[in-house]
Amino acid sequence: MKNEMFIEFSSVSENESFARVTVAAFVAQLDPTMDELTEIKTVVSEAVTNAIIHGYNNEPNHKIEISCVLNDGEIDLVIKDFGIGIEDVNEARQPLYTSKPDLERSGMGFTIIENFMDSVEVISKPEVGTTVHMKKQLTNSKTVYN
Amino acid sequence: MGLNYTFSVKEDVLIVRLAGEIDHHESENLRDVWKETMYANSVKHVILNMESVSFMDSSGLGVVLGRYKEVLQLGGEMVVCSVSPSIKRLFEMSGLFKIVRLEESEEYALETLGVAS
Ligand SMILES: Nc1ncnc2c1ncn2[C@@H]1O[C@H](COP(=O)(O)OP(=O)(O)OP(=O)(O)O)[C@@H](O)[C@H]1O
Ligand SMILES: [Mg+2]
Repeated sequence: MKNEMFIEFSSVSENESFARVTVAAFVAQLDPTMDELTEIKTVVSEAVTNAIIHGYNNEPNHKIEISCVLNDGEIDLVIKDFGIGIEDVNEARQPLYTSKPDLERSGMGFTIIENFMDSVEVISKPEVGTTVHMKKQLTNSKTVYN
Repeated sequence: MGLNYTFSVKEDVLIVRLAGEIDHHESENLRDVWKETMYANSVKHVILNMESVSFMDSSGLGVVLGRYKEVLQLGGEMVVCSVSPSIKRLFEMSGLFKIVRLEESEEYALETLGVAS
């Protein structure tokens, strides 16, 4: 079965928990394990936080979009901002790389996302914005072929 | 859901007990209060009890790393205890266990820092 949802919300930090709880509630219909649910919540939190603090420099009056498609136990998750973008995506994805060490960032966001999802694609253009496209197949619903 | 925290001091050890969710929204206030408490009391070591933390992302790692650097300046040690498996994974991923010590329980952590409970 295919099912999809789309949300758009303001770039304020209050919405970090709103976003992860909303996506988790949507994904819950696939009957994920607790670990899988935690992983989904964490990656949403990471990407939304990045959009707020990096993409929009903590300015509250911008928009963040999330779309989520469930298809036969696979989660297809896209988190998008229209902020400053990333000059060098490969550098940004390196573990411990952060452009904001002064804000006590650890530079682990992308590394955590890569660890928790099956595939991660970061599409970014300076002054246009950043899209993080992630996929994850849930274990309990893997189709068995014979 | 949010985040709650309590602080208590035993000899030269600050015990930080967190309950709830640590994300970017919660982490800034946590950082400020934690810093303030650390310098208002003349402590040297920090025990971070995470028993009741239900969610944490990289923002939490950042706060822990930031306080670790301050504890290091004070010549002390940072000990984390009662960590859930999912948070343990984040600590492992980021290499944080190379610099902060992990212990089973708060009592045992206190003992290792030479404080009788
Ligand atoms: N949406 C975005 N817009 C602009 N730049 C971004 C965005 N997301 C990530 N970046 C850049 O990529 C870097 C790495 O991101 P990552 O999430 O891995 O670490 P961080 O956010 O700096 O630290 P942490 O996530 O550990 O708090 C950021 O420091 C930032 O420079
Ligand atoms: Mg980040």
